[in-house]
Amino acid sequence: MPAIEVRQLERTFSGGVRAVQGIDLEVAEGEIYAFLGPNGAGKTTTVRMLTTLLKPTAGSASVAGFDVLKQAAKVRQKIGVALQEAALDPLMTGHELMQLQATLHGLSKSQAKERGDALIARVGLTNAADRRVGTYSGGMRRRLDLGTALVHEPSVLFLDEPTTGLDPASRAAIWEEVRKLNAEGTTVFLTTQYLEEADQLADRVGIIDEGLMAAEGTPRELKAQVGKPRLELNLAEGSQQACEAVLGRFGEPLPPKDGVVVVALEEGAAGIAPIIRALDEAGIAVQDLHLVQPSLDDVFLEKTGRHLEGADAEEQPAPEPAPAPEPA
Amino acid sequence: MRANARVVAALSLRSIKQAFRRPQFLMPILVFPSLFLAVNVGGAGRATEIPAFPDVAGFLDFELAGAIVQSTMLAAVSGGVALALDIESGFMDRLIASPIPRTAIVVGRLAATAAMGVLTGVWFVAIGLIFGAEIQGGIPGALLVIAMATTCAAAWGGFGAALALRSGTASVVQGIFPIIFVIIFLSSAFFPGNLLLEPARSISDWNPMSFIAEGIRDPIVSDISAQPVLEGMAAIAGVMAVGAALSVWGLRKRLAT
Repeated sequence: MPAIEVRQLERTFSGGVRAVQGIDLEVAEGEIYAFLGPNGAGKTTTVRMLTTLLKPTAGSASVAGFDVLKQAAKVRQKIGVALQEAALDPLMTGHELMQLQATLHGLSKSQAKERGDALIARVGLTNAADRRVGTYSGGMRRRLDLGTALVHEPSVLFLDEPTTGLDPASRAAIWEEVRKLNAEGTTVFLTTQYLEEADQLADRVGIIDEGLMAAEGTPRELKAQVGKPRLELNLAEGSQQACEAVLGRFGEPLPPKDGVVVVALEEGAAGIAPIIRALDEAGIAVQDLHLVQPSLDDVFLEKTGRHLEGADAEEQPAPEPAPAPEPA
Repeated sequence: MRANARVVAALSLRSIKQAFRRPQFLMPILVFPSLFLAVNVGGAGRATEIPAFPDVAGFLDFELAGAIVQSTMLAAVSGGVALALDIESGFMDRLIASPIPRTAIVVGRLAATAAMGVLTGVWFVAIGLIFGAEIQGGIPGALLVIAMATTCAAAWGGFGAALALRSGTASVVQGIFPIIFVIIFLSSAFFPGNLLLEPARSISDWNPMSFIAEGIRDPIVSDISAQPVLEGMAAIAGVMAVGAALSVWGLRKRLAT
């Protein structure tokens, strides 16, 4: 049984705005599924329907085996939710908020204290637990929000843009926690507009644009749909033609750019070692080389005809050049 | 049932703490009516000499009920504003996404407004006693005043909650502030109904706030009499019934989206 099953889910708002236009998706138990799309694509509307905060206007959805419309109360018992813009009361302390959340989920006073303290420690807020949330940084708020969503040990966790607006360190901390939760068996459904986040965290990615699913698959599958990894080589010595002749045995040579020899590799990184050995045997010295993977932005561009908003800023950092092999 | 009571108590406690941690919410409930009371009593203290003015020990004794009902209505507005802020900030979504009865969200808020009513009752009884008023009904009278202030706050709180749930906007709830004064000044809360001019007098005769104010006033200015107290309680029950119905309707509308 999938943890989340969505069939032709739609949501039309008053005024006729169709935020979600009949999407289908399945998320397996124990999976991290990223819903990637620009602002206004329908990500949050979908999450709100799956978390019973918003009623679908058509289609169906079940979470943890329960229908979001007919068995909404049971769905709420099974899910943890951390919504966009952490919905925390700035006047409460972290400790109070955790206790309240525990009470809302039916934990006894002693259970609430034990579980609350453990979660506050887990998200690294023990020293700030008695401070009002209003004094927390954005990253601390997000971590607290994540902690409160875990108070009843949910089987499915929904995270709506969990790292939007966070600095890299806070983002990394959230990612780490999501990975840990997933390793413990929690199914995670997260929305994001960050390519890197989807790429780094998700087992599978659904790309949504204008309320429609544009593509779905593992990051690797999606990237494979738009092209093969490219190996770019700067030569230290040896002719470009000779190099291209060697590379042609391993992949499809592509037009050189600015003196850099380029070849599309079927096997990605696994294909680099044989190439290095072949170049070495041919007496061709390489100054540096880069393996360039197709990005999810390439996928988004391919599927929607435009780049994901903010893609330039969020593009994965260029890979570190691999150390050049010593010529024989 | 017990679990639901724990949820209501937890939400109520959170709302009470919120009021005490946000002075701009608490101050209007206590300070503004206190200042209004001081100005009224200081400036119009000889009103008791007007022929046909009810037989009371002093103008402060008469005005205390007005200050109490004014304060409870302001507590109701504050409760509504706080609920609207929860909606605006998304905190309400946290509650809705939890496996709790939906009504607990509103009942918890109204319970906190009722607690503000207790505070209001105690505050003005204390102010009255400090500045020379006499609670003719004695300790039972004072307790009756506090009890009626408590239920009155919860009753009007239903209207504040309904407005917050329907509008989802704190500024809209704050916008009803002037209406409070219209309701109060077209009643016998601060001035005897029989001395008002038409049409205010006729409106006052039917205004539930008049019955509530008279019910609260009775234990202060005379021994406890059944009729005004029961009429006051009936008016509070009526307001509570309408407020509760409106807030349930508002909640259903909000959850129906």
